[in-house]
Amino acid sequence: MRKAWWFTIGVGIVYLVIFIINSNTFIKSLKFLLSLLAKIVPIFFLVFILMAIVNFFIKPQKLKQFFEKKKKLKWVLTILLGILSTGPIYMWYPLLADLKEKGMGYGLMACFLYNRAIKIPLLPLMFLYFSWRYIVLLLLLMIIVSVFQGILVDKIMEVVK
Amino acid sequence: MERANKAETKQKSYKNLNWQMEIKKKEQNKFKEFKQALFQAARGLWNASPLIIGTILLVSLISTLIPKVWYSKIFTGNSFIDSFLGSLAGSVSAGSPIISYIIAGELSKQGVGLVAITAFIVAWVTVGVVQLPAESAILGKKFAITRNLLSFLFSIIIAIVLVSILNII
Repeated sequence: MRKAWWFTIGVGIVYLVIFIINSNTFIKSLKFLLSLLAKIVPIFFLVFILMAIVNFFIKPQKLKQFFEKKKKLKWVLTILLGILSTGPIYMWYPLLADLKEKGMGYGLMACFLYNRAIKIPLLPLMFLYFSWRYIVLLLLLMIIVSVFQGILVDKIMEVVK
Repeated sequence: MERANKAETKQKSYKNLNWQMEIKKKEQNKFKEFKQALFQAARGLWNASPLIIGTILLVSLISTLIPKVWYSKIFTGNSFIDSFLGSLAGSVSAGSPIISYIIAGELSKQGVGLVAITAFIVAWVTVGVVQLPAESAILGKKFAITRNLLSFLFSIIIAIVLVSILNII
C-alpha cells in the first residue's frame, strides 16, 4: 500500500475515535464533509478533462525542442513552458538539468519553476472558492514575479560564483 | 499502350492504398496518444487521491471542531504577520495544489484574511521544503536555497500587493 494512504487511514481512525467519544460532532463533521464533496466532486471531472487535454497536446520533448529553437523569446517561452508543464515537480528536474547543460541560465530555471505553480486544469477548483478578479490578479502577479525572481536569481548566482 | 495504362493504374492504386494505410496508422497513433493522455490524467488524480481524500476529511473535522474565534487569535489582521504565518504554513506543506485550494477556501470561510490565504497558496506551490533535497541534488544546492528563499519572500509580497490592489479596485 502506498504511504499516502496511511494519512487517509489515520484520519479515518480519528473519525472513528470521535464517533465513539462524541457522536454529535461526528455527525456534524460528516454533514460538512458531504456538503464539501457535493461542491468538489463535479469540479474534479472538469479538472480531469483539462488534465487530459493538456497531456494530449503538451509533450516535454516537443516543448524542449521548441525552446531550443526560439532562443529570442526565452522568457516568454519559459513562462509558457512552466504554466503548461504537468505532473510532479521532480519529474521536470532532469529536463531542467539537461537544458541547463545546453545553456539555460539559473534565472530561466527559477522562472520555469515559479510558473509551474500556475495550473490551468486546476483553475475550476479555484473558482469555487475565489472571485475571478482575485484569480486573474494572482496569476498576473505570479507571472510578473516569476520574471523578477529569475533576474534576481541570475544576479545572486553570479555574485555567489 | 494498354499495358502501360494498366501499369499506371496499378501504381496509382498502390499509392492510394499506401496513403490510406498511412492515414489509418496516424489515426491509430492519435487514438493511442489520446488514451495515454486520459490514462496519465487518471493516474495523476489517482496518485493525489489519498491526500485529497484525507485532507477533505481533516478539513471537515477541523471546521467542526475548531471555533472561528480561534483563527482570529492566530491571524490578527496585521498584513505582515498574517502573510508571514501563511507563507510559513504553505512552505512546510506539500502535495497537490488542489489540497491548498481546498484548505485555503475553507479557511477563508472561517474568517481568515485574504493576505494570509494568498501567502499560504503561493508559498504552497512555489516553496518546496520537502523537495529541497532533490532540487539541491539535481539543480545545485546554492540555486535551490536561493530560489526557495526568494519564493518565500515573494509569497509575502504577492499577498500584500494583491490584497492592496483588490482593496483599491
